[in-house]
Amino acid sequence: MSEMIEIEGVTKAFGGIVANDNITLDVPEGRITGLIGPNGSGKTTLFNSIVGYHPIDSGSVRFEGKEISKLRVPGIARLGLLRTFQQTRIYSKMDCVHNMLISVSHRHEGVRDMFSKYSPEVTERAEALLEYVGLYQKRRLISGDLSFGQQKLLEFAMALMNEPRVLLLDEPTAGINPTLINGLIDRLKRANQEMGVTLFVIEHNMPVIMNLAEHIYCLANGRLLAEGPPEKIQKDQRVIDAYLGGHSLELH
Amino acid sequence: MKFSQAQVAGYAAVLAFGIAGPFLFPAYTIQLSVLWIMILFALTWDTMGGQMGYNSLGNILFFGAGMYICAIVQIAWAYDVAAYTSHAGAVKIDYTPEQYFSSLGAGLVAAGVGSVVFALIFGRIVFGLRGPYFAIGTLGVALAAGELVGTWDYVGGGGGITVPFYPGEATAGSTFFYFLCFPLAVASFIFLKWLYSTRFGLAINAIRDDEEKAEAMGIHTLRYKVLAWTTSAFFLGISGGIFGNIVGFIEPLEVAFPTVTFGIFMVVMSLLGGKGTLWGPVLGATVFHLIKETTWTYMLGWQWVALGALIIIIVIFFQQGILGWAQEKWPEKFGIVVDEDTSAEDSRREAAE
Repeated sequence: MSEMIEIEGVTKAFGGIVANDNITLDVPEGRITGLIGPNGSGKTTLFNSIVGYHPIDSGSVRFEGKEISKLRVPGIARLGLLRTFQQTRIYSKMDCVHNMLISVSHRHEGVRDMFSKYSPEVTERAEALLEYVGLYQKRRLISGDLSFGQQKLLEFAMALMNEPRVLLLDEPTAGINPTLINGLIDRLKRANQEMGVTLFVIEHNMPVIMNLAEHIYCLANGRLLAEGPPEKIQKDQRVIDAYLGGHSLELH
Repeated sequence: MKFSQAQVAGYAAVLAFGIAGPFLFPAYTIQLSVLWIMILFALTWDTMGGQMGYNSLGNILFFGAGMYICAIVQIAWAYDVAAYTSHAGAVKIDYTPEQYFSSLGAGLVAAGVGSVVFALIFGRIVFGLRGPYFAIGTLGVALAAGELVGTWDYVGGGGGITVPFYPGEATAGSTFFYFLCFPLAVASFIFLKWLYSTRFGLAINAIRDDEEKAEAMGIHTLRYKVLAWTTSAFFLGISGGIFGNIVGFIEPLEVAFPTVTFGIFMVVMSLLGGKGTLWGPVLGATVFHLIKETTWTYMLGWQWVALGALIIIIVIFFQQGILGWAQEKWPEKFGIVVDEDTSAEDSRREAAE
């Protein structure tokens, strides 16, 4: 099994605060990998380091064997490594279909593509994906008018429209109605299995991540604290301590 | 492309007015020429400000640059520009009609191309700026251009430069330039209409809504931004070349780089009509021009006060503009509807029935 993303000794500090301290981890191809940790443990910083949002201080990030730590965000996205945001980000003044159409992959975009119209096949795929996330009826509405949960689903559909190799999801279920969460988990799994998208997921909702991920990394205070399959992580005393702030309290 | 009957009627009416205008109202030929230039101003500003969300206050730069480039080419066609400007008025340009029209044609082409080159150069600099910094940065570039040209003796400095006279009667000249302005505005409209219907249109809209997201999705944002800027520059450059010839005398601050008049008007017209729409700028420019000319005629002395009040009202209370307001009021007319069909399959079946 090959590694999709290989992170080796990545360190990132903001002033005196070391947000990521010598982190080494791998995201294997075709799997769902989880990333957990208390607030401020450096999860989103690690995502930002991977996708080239900021330069890293030291270490290396490889994507499909290629060093990408010197590339910037758009270049990395065009390689097929995409992220969604914790605060949902969509193109809020455009309708859903347009949001989808402009989300196609820009990997091999030539000058002619910049002035091309969208083919019926692309439009069809956009509508099919909107249907997949349950937004078909609202496809002509201005996306900024949708509810937060629907915007989140739209953002997910936009990411799939891009046909990425890897998708980095930053808290995909945060702010989503609990009754919709199961549907979302199901869709994430199907995207992984049917479309072959490798997923790397930050999640605070423990039942969700334990259900979703095959392998979980736990960060605390910028360091890699523990890793392993969900069953092992769940029982790891260091993880429990980290989430409870070091106080050994009983969970009821 | 399919057009509804109403659209065909609308286009036909605009074109008929455009062609017949100077013959129906010969006294207003120059005014109508300026109206088309105003429409072009609003349309090209909206490409940047409305469609892409980059509120440029410096687009007037290309208007002035085009004006000077065109004038220089026209004079340099048969004369030494430096000698012409240093002996202000002493050297008379005497062109045969053939010389005049060929020099003007070359001048207008050079104005368009030259403005594009300027846009490519300045684009590299100003697109590092975002939001209000971009607005101030571009304003600075335009103001600096006016001041710099004012110290450049080759083109007459602050004293200005006279362009070659139209070979013929003044009224014939006005009509001739009208029929440059009108097709140019129509061409820019058609070009932008096409451009917005391609991936380019959605890409600059995406940049407007969330540039960081657009980057995270892999869009070549800089390419699109520079292209939008050069498109504006091309049409503005040519319009500047024509306007310089309508006025006949070019000087840097009031005619070529009028940052506080035309430079602001293009923003206001686009806002008034509804920024980010295709017809909004056309509508806004027309309404604004009518209001402006009315106040100049009936409120002389108070015209700037009236205009300032209008601008304040638009910016504070009516930012969405005429079309933006219409879209809020009748969203279904703009295709913003909830579909009854729950799947693409449903829609196809329904269409088949």
